[in-house]
Amino acid sequence: MLDPGLSRLRPGVASTEAPIKIAVRDLVVHYGSTCALDTVSLDVPEHRVTALIGPSGCGKSTFLRCLNRMNDNVPGARVTGQVTIDGDPVYAPDVDPVALRRRVGMIFQKSNPFPKSIFDNVVFGPRVHGERDPVRLREIVERTLRQAALWDEVKDRLDGSALELSGGQQQRLCIARALAVEPEVVLMDEPASALDPIATAKIEELIHELKSAYTIVIVTHNMQQAARVSDLTAYFYLGRLIEFGPTERVFTNPERPETEDYITGRFG
Amino acid sequence: MPEHTDRAYEQQLGQLRTAVLEMGGLVEEQVGQAVRALIQRDEPLARGVIERDHTVNRFDVEIDDLSLKLLALRQPAARDLRLITTALKITTDLERVGDMATHIAERAVELVAEVPIKPYIDIPRMADVARDMLRRSLDAFVREDTELALDVCLSDDTIDQLHEQLFRELLSYMVENPATVSRAMRLLFVSKYLERVGDHATNIAEMVIFMVKGRSIRHLDKVPREL
Repeated sequence: MLDPGLSRLRPGVASTEAPIKIAVRDLVVHYGSTCALDTVSLDVPEHRVTALIGPSGCGKSTFLRCLNRMNDNVPGARVTGQVTIDGDPVYAPDVDPVALRRRVGMIFQKSNPFPKSIFDNVVFGPRVHGERDPVRLREIVERTLRQAALWDEVKDRLDGSALELSGGQQQRLCIARALAVEPEVVLMDEPASALDPIATAKIEELIHELKSAYTIVIVTHNMQQAARVSDLTAYFYLGRLIEFGPTERVFTNPERPETEDYITGRFG
Repeated sequence: MPEHTDRAYEQQLGQLRTAVLEMGGLVEEQVGQAVRALIQRDEPLARGVIERDHTVNRFDVEIDDLSLKLLALRQPAARDLRLITTALKITTDLERVGDMATHIAERAVELVAEVPIKPYIDIPRMADVARDMLRRSLDAFVREDTELALDVCLSDDTIDQLHEQLFRELLSYMVENPATVSRAMRLLFVSKYLERVGDHATNIAEMVIFMVKGRSIRHLDKVPREL
């Protein structure tokens, strides 16, 4: 249940009873001389779905990418501030980004299966991390494909090419692949924007299922999707966090006029 | 408040607001004419009110239709969502007020046929209070004025007291002279109808507060003094 107390009045402090999984403090990101994210503080609660919404260029994807240091690969990107996951600093000098991304998986807008078999796609991560036992690998494939609600559709053709799957199936395969390394957090960047309504509904249903085991942060341009799948919603505008609170409140009675204008379709 | 980027949507929300107001104006007029028909013993006027109830009912259906269409096609959020749900609920109250006006007109038709038992003083006063509450609740709706809405909720006591007073008075008539029972009962009904109009105006005012603040003050033991 939601905490009706003061915490909901403070943007950036999640008003749910869940413990904080990811704590972000004073996060600032520059791409060259452009400030993409301006002093953002926000707590992502564990086993909840947190949606990031806002118009293009508002910083929501930049924010998402900071959580598993995907911005490290962007030339000219500078990140200051603090991000911790279960108290472990994400930007400490001794952190290995590859190990971090094992804890914090990511699903992209465009499904990107490898040109390999379905089986090999799913076990790619575990193999990289040294898993060789065929029995264990089979278990991982079944478990994650079931979690991704894809098992029944592909169990008889695990050796078939992943590229022969439909768009929605490919995206669910990518989710299975991300889950195979047993992450704690799953980041999703517009995971359903290229899918038809039925495939989208399956992904959304999957997000509901997954949150009991994972902490999910999702970026979406589809406000109804944010409203449907998330527990908390953060609204970003021009690189700043404008409002963060329980989704049902943000969509029925936002506190900030900027949020209200955006979600009701008043773009000025 | 900036306008919607989608002008057609902005226009439809405007239509919805206007329709609620037109319906409100119509039922307020209905109550006024029904009470005037009673006091002036004007049967054709009373019959006109009864006939016009169809128009009130048509508004009810049309506003429901438009609201449903907006909900289904626009997926409204925040204040737009609250405007539409408020319109849906206000319309139900207005339709009931329309029914009250019709009932008053029906009693007026019956009473025209009989000798009046007393000059009507409290009933016009109640009607004034009821119509004033209704008018102010609709003004509060247009102007999104929560202070005015709260004020309407607070004036519900006045009309309740007038009804109470009239009840005691009519009761004494009936006790003294049983021949007055059928006429006194009809007047008592009218009083009750007007008291109900006050209740509906209060409901509307409460919905206006919800629409503006996103907070419900309905079903509280006491009307809050401020929001």
